[in-house]
Amino acid sequence: MNENLGLKKGIGLHARRVIAYVVLIIITFFCLFWFYILFINATRSNGELQAGFTLLPSTHLLENWTNLVNGTLPVWNGLINSLIVSSASAVLSVYFSTMTAYAIHAYEFRLKKFIYPFILMVMMIPTQVTALGFINLVSDMGLEDSFIPLIVPTIAAPVTFFYMKQYMESTLPLSLIEAARIDGSGEFRTFNAIVLPLMKPAIAVQAIFTFVSSWNNYFTPALILHEDRKKTLPILIAQLRAADWLKFDMGQVYVMIAFSIFPVIIVYLILSKHIVQGVALGSVKG
Amino acid sequence: MKKKIVSAILCTAMAVTMMAGCGNNTSTNAAADKGAAAEDGAAADTAAEETPAADESADASSDEGSVLNIYCWNEEFKSRITDHYPDYTEVDATTGTIGDVTVKWNITPNDDNAYQNNLDATLLKQADAAADDKIDIFLVEADYALKYVDTEYTMAVSDLGITDDDLANQYQYTKDIVTDSNGVLKGVSWQGCPGVMFYSREAAKEILGTDDPAEVQTYVDTWDKFNQTAALAYAAGYQMTSSVNDTYRVYSNNVTSKWVEDGKINIDDNIMQWVEDSKELVDAGETGTHELWSDDWSKGFYPEGKVFCYFGPAWLVNFSMAADTEGSIGNQGGWGATEGPQGFFWGGTWICAAAGTDNASLVKDIMLQMTTNEDIMKEIVVDDDDFVNNKPVMEAMAEDTSYSSQILGGQNPLGIYCAGVENLDLSNLSAYDQGCNEEFQNAMKNYFEGSTDLDGALDLFYKAVVEKYPELTY
Amino acid sequence: MRKSKGKVVRYNKWGYIFLLPFILVYVVFQLIPLVNTIYNSFFENYMSGLTQIGPNFVGLENYKKLFSEGDIWVYAKNTMVLWIMCFIPQIILSLLLGAWFSDVRLKLKGARFFKTVIYLPNLIMASAFSMLFFTLFSDGGPINSLLMQIGFIDEPYKFLSNTGSARGLIALMNCLMWFGNTTILLMAGMMGIDTSLFEAAEVDGATSAQVFFRITLPLLRPILVYVVITSLIGGLQLFDVPQILTNGTGDPMRSTMTLIMFLNKHLYSKNYGMAGALSVILFIITGILSLIVFKVTGNDKRKG
Repeated sequence: MNENLGLKKGIGLHARRVIAYVVLIIITFFCLFWFYILFINATRSNGELQAGFTLLPSTHLLENWTNLVNGTLPVWNGLINSLIVSSASAVLSVYFSTMTAYAIHAYEFRLKKFIYPFILMVMMIPTQVTALGFINLVSDMGLEDSFIPLIVPTIAAPVTFFYMKQYMESTLPLSLIEAARIDGSGEFRTFNAIVLPLMKPAIAVQAIFTFVSSWNNYFTPALILHEDRKKTLPILIAQLRAADWLKFDMGQVYVMIAFSIFPVIIVYLILSKHIVQGVALGSVKG
Repeated sequence: MKKKIVSAILCTAMAVTMMAGCGNNTSTNAAADKGAAAEDGAAADTAAEETPAADESADASSDEGSVLNIYCWNEEFKSRITDHYPDYTEVDATTGTIGDVTVKWNITPNDDNAYQNNLDATLLKQADAAADDKIDIFLVEADYALKYVDTEYTMAVSDLGITDDDLANQYQYTKDIVTDSNGVLKGVSWQGCPGVMFYSREAAKEILGTDDPAEVQTYVDTWDKFNQTAALAYAAGYQMTSSVNDTYRVYSNNVTSKWVEDGKINIDDNIMQWVEDSKELVDAGETGTHELWSDDWSKGFYPEGKVFCYFGPAWLVNFSMAADTEGSIGNQGGWGATEGPQGFFWGGTWICAAAGTDNASLVKDIMLQMTTNEDIMKEIVVDDDDFVNNKPVMEAMAEDTSYSSQILGGQNPLGIYCAGVENLDLSNLSAYDQGCNEEFQNAMKNYFEGSTDLDGALDLFYKAVVEKYPELTY
Repeated sequence: MRKSKGKVVRYNKWGYIFLLPFILVYVVFQLIPLVNTIYNSFFENYMSGLTQIGPNFVGLENYKKLFSEGDIWVYAKNTMVLWIMCFIPQIILSLLLGAWFSDVRLKLKGARFFKTVIYLPNLIMASAFSMLFFTLFSDGGPINSLLMQIGFIDEPYKFLSNTGSARGLIALMNCLMWFGNTTILLMAGMMGIDTSLFEAAEVDGATSAQVFFRITLPLLRPILVYVVITSLIGGLQLFDVPQILTNGTGDPMRSTMTLIMFLNKHLYSKNYGMAGALSVILFIITGILSLIVFKVTGNDKRKG
């Protein structure tokens, strides 16, 4: 009886593993395919691109790249600007959202009942509406051509906050905080030294999300940054696509897109280690 | 996305290579030398001193603002100024100097309407802005020129001291586009973008038995004949045009009434004619409904695409139809050019002066130098292959028998361009053209593809326009 | 007793301190525009070219207009249809992947690689992504030639000109872009689960399904609630993919026009009145739906 069950389970496991691999391979294909076409397109000239799709690379990669770098657009500047804006956004957003979530999670105070639903409500406001009002605000403050309006508002990121809050609910026992208090740890230190490390997977997740969305953001930066050397990559890409006839070259556009995806892949790979590894929660349970 | 590309491209104002290989032309040697000299920074100063107007601008800069702000959406005008304006010195990608004046380029791309949003916001604050932050020059395109021109935010060129005589050599249509509702001219352009019909010579031989432009013209000189020829093309295995959107511009440039009259949306007869003709062509399989610039649209740049003709100005055939790529029709010199059923234009950039500018004389000088100075005009023709907005210069080129276009199989098409541009009447523009043209084509696509009937498509059009312009009725 | 209460109060002031940065930034950059939005919904306020029309107080006129035209329900339906078409495959796929990855018995080789790969599509800008989609699904594109070669169709199928396929493409692209995101969220949640629970379950001879439904899912509930709520909100605000794929037209015949695309139309004329009213309606719908999700999932904050 027992042996039978074991055998049945063994076959089931094997079959499930095969299914899992097949599904995963299909998914992997769908995920990586786009990068392959991007690469192929980056190797093709403008005229070849007009001729339509192909799976085989052409020979213009270096030429497209040289044209791009020798063109008037400051691509390296753009890369650095994007890195500054996205990293700063990710760090600030994650740190302060976690702090806010911690405030709601770990403390009892009178305004809490009011503030929590209030923050959730903000998530429900479509960002498109406030965007134009936001631009007016920025120009009234004289913050055009500055990174501040792109970075600072991410401190109040309701979606990140909400995730942190939910994550704490499932993984951060209040008893742990009590224990830290008994050990004489100050509140601020408890947050930085005990809570933050525990939140590592959640922090990595939200840091990636914030970084990527900031990296790919076009709308707001396009309305705020006007000096070429301050512009982020998506604006430069848009500008490349708006080039006049003599310069218009989709080959360059694709090279630039490929170029702008590289750093974000690297950042993702670094941060994803933390998600994939996670933390051994058992070890800190006291 | 496609729309983004399309708008990006529409706005791109349009360098023209009429003159591939024109640099060898003897008649322009002097200009070519000058152009070469201007590329050398030190020599540019000498060249500047030779030009009387440059002195004016130097004077002007002493008692005027120290910063010249120019708003635009790409780098075309910047490169024209850098290469051709007498004493412009480039400092970095978005700054330069003219004498003591610092020139600041405020470049916002067109995607998501960002350029206009930015320009609108800044213009509205123009009165309160510090002198050095005020917009001095902004650039516009034909489709939305009137949105700016027909307001007090744009200065009349006569207020800058530019006279009609100064502009006498410019093509009338380029003035129509930037003339406000009171008949006041408020902008200038250095470009002309007259369009013609480009047909595949090989296809013409197969379908019509000839590829001679004059003979081909007899098959397409009216829309009726054009549509009859479409049936012949279809029988020979060709589509007449790649998309209905190819001919839209030709019909819509030849309207006799405006999109909006007395606050009411109005559809001109010629536009409805486009709908009727296009629906027949689509139903017969003689054309498609692709967006301009899509892969499907551009397939006809190659012989295997089996498309008989495209409509466009010189920049289209010279720069955008894969002439530099092996195997394309352009590469084999396989296009011919002829007038087609009606004249039209496509593209162009206009220079406007913002009211409240603190650099009026410099703005005036830039306008005059860049759009009326014949030496500079010739330079632009030679260096940038632009079709310039100057009749004598272009007519001289048209009569030059030594010029021929390889892409067009050795034809000199300038006479055809010049003829088309003379007859163009663009007095029926409105400030709503951009939205109306765009939404009309979008809505009609549904009708052509059979997703709805004509009334349904028209309703959709009205709805979309009122969303964009809430003040309108229908 | 007294002493301990004093201590709690002393600690709890830190709640306010920790909230401060968020609230400050929030008030300046979000609350002010938000209040403005609601306020504007009662006004006629737009730009005609460069001329400001209004603001004139019109009461509920903007709301009446939205409802009397009736289209808003069509767009609401489109939005929900698109969201469901995208969300259901997405959540199933994400849970499945999450279950596989966290299943100790399955011992998938290369799990690390697969976990990393699934999020990659999200790194491509939506606009670049859709450029590739256009190329693939164009009339003369590879998908059509493939379908024609295998004799499935005789002439090119216009994917974006038919309601079903247009919606399908939007859902497909959206799903591709976001399922990795959802999976990562779930996985991060799963990482937080005490592994000794799984070990104990294995010792007790629980099947994979039992482990998943009895241990993983319940412990994952807060994160699942998060995923459903944010996906719902994101779904109601679905914009960039259909906007870019249909050039903002919502073709064919606006069957793929979402509420935010509709809202975006009003922003062309900076019509803060109509856009404001639409936002408020959207806000109310979202609020109600979120409340339902909260209630159904019993997201009781003080459970443990």
